[in-house]
Amino acid sequence: MTNLAIDVAGISKQYRIGQMHSAIDTLRDHLMHGLHTLRAGRMPRETIWALDDVSFQVAEGEVLGIIGRNGAGKTTLLRLLSRITEPTKGYADVTGRVGSLLEVGTGFHPELTGRENIFLNGAILGMRRSEIVRKFDEIVEFSGVEQFLDTPVKRYSSGMFVRLAFSVAAHLEPEILIVDEVLAVGDAEFQKRCLGKMESYGQSGRTVLFVSHSMPTIARLCPRLLLLDRGRLVEDGPAEHVIGHYLHGDLGSSARREWPDPHAAPGDDWARLRSARVVDASGTTSDVIDVSEPIGIEIAFDLLRREAVFPWIDLVDERGTLVFSAIDTNPVWNEAREPGRYVTTAWIPEHLLNEGAIHVTVSVKSALLGRKPWRHAEVESALTFQVVEREGPTARGDFAGRISGAVRPLLRWTEVEAADAPSLAARPGRD
Amino acid sequence: MSVADVFDRRAPEAPRTIRLERTRRRLPLTTRDLREILAYHELLFFLVWRDVKVKYKQTALGAAWAILVPFTQMVVFTLVFNRGLHVKSEYHVPYPLFIFSAMLPWTYFTACLSASSTSIVGNQNLITKVFFPRLIIPLAAVVAPVLDFLLAFTVLIGMFVYYGRAPHWHLVVIPAFLGMALLTAFGVGLWLSALNVRYRDVPYVVPYLTMVWFFVTPIIYGVTALRPRTQELIALNPMAGVIDGFRWAVLGRGLPHYHVYALSFGIALAVMLSGLWYFRRVERYFADLI
Repeated sequence: MTNLAIDVAGISKQYRIGQMHSAIDTLRDHLMHGLHTLRAGRMPRETIWALDDVSFQVAEGEVLGIIGRNGAGKTTLLRLLSRITEPTKGYADVTGRVGSLLEVGTGFHPELTGRENIFLNGAILGMRRSEIVRKFDEIVEFSGVEQFLDTPVKRYSSGMFVRLAFSVAAHLEPEILIVDEVLAVGDAEFQKRCLGKMESYGQSGRTVLFVSHSMPTIARLCPRLLLLDRGRLVEDGPAEHVIGHYLHGDLGSSARREWPDPHAAPGDDWARLRSARVVDASGTTSDVIDVSEPIGIEIAFDLLRREAVFPWIDLVDERGTLVFSAIDTNPVWNEAREPGRYVTTAWIPEHLLNEGAIHVTVSVKSALLGRKPWRHAEVESALTFQVVEREGPTARGDFAGRISGAVRPLLRWTEVEAADAPSLAARPGRD
Repeated sequence: MSVADVFDRRAPEAPRTIRLERTRRRLPLTTRDLREILAYHELLFFLVWRDVKVKYKQTALGAAWAILVPFTQMVVFTLVFNRGLHVKSEYHVPYPLFIFSAMLPWTYFTACLSASSTSIVGNQNLITKVFFPRLIIPLAAVVAPVLDFLLAFTVLIGMFVYYGRAPHWHLVVIPAFLGMALLTAFGVGLWLSALNVRYRDVPYVVPYLTMVWFFVTPIIYGVTALRPRTQELIALNPMAGVIDGFRWAVLGRGLPHYHVYALSFGIALAVMLSGLWYFRRVERYFADLI
């Protein structure tokens, strides 16, 4: 009989709507809603089950992957098992020392040097000082930033930062490792080394829980997968089987989100989001879009009161970099509009975004004179789509490697005849 | 089957099972919680070390600020209150020495308040990504300023030399009163840091709170200048006991006001315990609310 590392029984997590996104209450808000709302629990807000009655078991030494579209509850599950938040119902029995990597570089301080951050980050991840001292050289070597060890990390390039941060994390040796999509960082070469490290984790008999959007990665690392959808566990089985179901099933995709219940849809008394999707040039919902095609982000929302609002999108790439924010600049949004359904699409030109996964945050805001925009409705990472490169003339040119950067525009380059320009190289007649 | 055993990285035995579920807690702090905090003492050390390291990075004067601030305050307060408004010191002690012996624990206390009140929200990247006993964060915020206190203490030694005074044996109780200041700051810090998670008004309240607190604490005046009734009333302020006791220890004059110390200590303990109770009650929502 194998020992269980994790035994999850009917675990559920309830959130108040809005809590996950705009949690900042001030006393003033409570006073405005009447003093009776001061007692939590009496808040006149709707709730949502981020996880709903999920049960599964993980044997010691098993490597388990978790997939599902955005908002399915993957991250909530990892946060519960990492003891960051508590379940509302149900329980999980965890046997063994837990180490969780929900982010690369948690607690890194920009003012501190690389050396100092190795110790700080190691301690935060749960390593003992003696353990860090022992593995220090190995960590430094893995990261490849030896020369910059005594430089504050704020002067690091983002690539160096990620490499150092991952190196510390990779040397954590818990019995149960919980990883949330942190591998999708760094350059291709480094990613390969990270994957190797992850594979050796699995082979060394440690229990690993791994969340990713990347199907090739997760299929390679995890023999068994869980598929979550809207907080429920819909499938638990061999990887190929679950991935097949996920990609071709009726669960929809990350490129489309709908909020069918008008009362539970994200938003406030002014506006509520009803749907959002990623479309290609022909208007078809699409998960995967070629760099050489324009990309549309369609937002549908209900305006509940006469108000001047505007749709807003933020695009974040797989390294967490904000690629850009954009608002609908159509002048119709300058005036208060009548209540009703509005549907608008933002068109992102072809040859702008780089290859990789893009997460889209959609929101509806209104401008307050001289203040920050008022957020009526917002869903963080509501949509995810992949930008891929198939063929044709692109910004890649003849270069075959990965192109760094959040964007990769196709630029017009002009060249000046060298003779017309002043040159330092050839100046005869001067002593 | 304790939580501490599994997360205690020194536990040598085979791993044990812990159950993660909604807490139904009766006591604010059980021995199991204490053991867990002990197991994380290295993290406490690193957070204090981080705060100390980062504080004076990229400043021209560096740690000299820890000396400069209380010193200039002493000069200004002497000019305004002593020379200008003729406030007297106690037992014919030079006024600069009198005020500086109070500025030391007070500066420490206010530094703790401003650091601890924003500590949980300021460390939200940790709270939402890693598990560790949350109490460590406000605790680190009141330990780190001890270093500034020690630096400023050298000024006091300099002033003793300047005024040609010999230290008194009372000095040995200084750590006790510093400990009482830490206890008070930790208690208030627990309340403010936890409240700040829900109500971001806290950073606006703190300067106002500090200013009012300054005047109801015997800093610019001495406890003996007050009527007996008022002395008892002022001892309800835990910092009154700290400052009066600290001054007695440093200056070595007068009789110790035991009733003031005892009452102040009792209140400080009550503030700390209530803060602990509130903090423990709401900490499980931190990651969801922050």
